[in-house]
Amino acid sequence: MKERNGISKVHLRNDVVMIILLLVLAGAGALYLFAFRGSGDTVNVTVDGELYGVYALSEPRVEEIRTGEDGSRLNRLVIRDGKAYVESASCPDGICAAHRPVFRRGESIVCLPHRVVITVVTEQRADSPDIVA
Amino acid sequence: MKNRSQTVAFLGLCTALALILAYVELLIQPLIPSIPGIKMGLPNIIIIFLLYRRGAASAAGVSLLRVLLVSMLFGNAMALIYSLAGGALSLLVMLLLRRLNWLSPVGVSVAGGVAHNVGQILTAMLLLETAELGYYLVVLTVTGIIAGVLVGLCGSLLVKHVPSKLRF
Ligand SMILES: [Zn+2]
Repeated sequence: MKERNGISKVHLRNDVVMIILLLVLAGAGALYLFAFRGSGDTVNVTVDGELYGVYALSEPRVEEIRTGEDGSRLNRLVIRDGKAYVESASCPDGICAAHRPVFRRGESIVCLPHRVVITVVTEQRADSPDIVA
Repeated sequence: MKNRSQTVAFLGLCTALALILAYVELLIQPLIPSIPGIKMGLPNIIIIFLLYRRGAASAAGVSLLRVLLVSMLFGNAMALIYSLAGGALSLLVMLLLRRLNWLSPVGVSVAGGVAHNVGQILTAMLLLETAELGYYLVVLTVTGIIAGVLVGLCGSLLVKHVPSKLRF
């Protein structure tokens, strides 16, 4: 077995194979996590980047999100069956109302004309991991 | 192993070196922008050295001492649990790979580094009962590989260049 710097070529090749395998595993894991994101339990609604309201996905409700100077801009947010969607909106494009119901963590519905963003999140846990050593 | 006190002194020295490396790592941590949990694993340089120069028992002993002492000095009880889980899995993987002799010290170090991170994250997932940490697992696998290569190269240098007289 030929040795260079004390490291044989076979070992070196195996090293590379293992590292590639690990990277493939990590990539597959990332894809899996992205494709099968878990459900969120909460929707955050922001208007102009400011928090407008927080609603639990578990509680069915209809929320009229009124924005604009005189509150004439309307997005009717409906939460039903653990999903959130915009039932109707007074915005010109109607894209938000056409969006499919959201429930996965990270999914969102955006109403650009009204600057309303509805995002599914998981409520923050206080006991976040503190890995030291 | 003719001289017992020589062995004790040598392993004590290695433990001290591992502790210093853990401390250095703690000092340079703020300099590297990172997410919590990303660690170079510098003390693993010593473990790799021992694994190749002295064998499994010495590597395991110093590794365990190192985890206990580092947690007592710089950490807390919670950190100890994560560290023990990470350290144990890492050690197990490295001992096995060393015995199988498939990889170079660099490869063994990479496997050990990744195993360390996996052990910690799995423990955190169990303790916090959350799958959220899967994302960490992906990120820490990649950073673990990079750190493992660097640590492995340092370890290889020691294995190669430390005078064999020191092999008691
Ligand atoms: Zn709209």
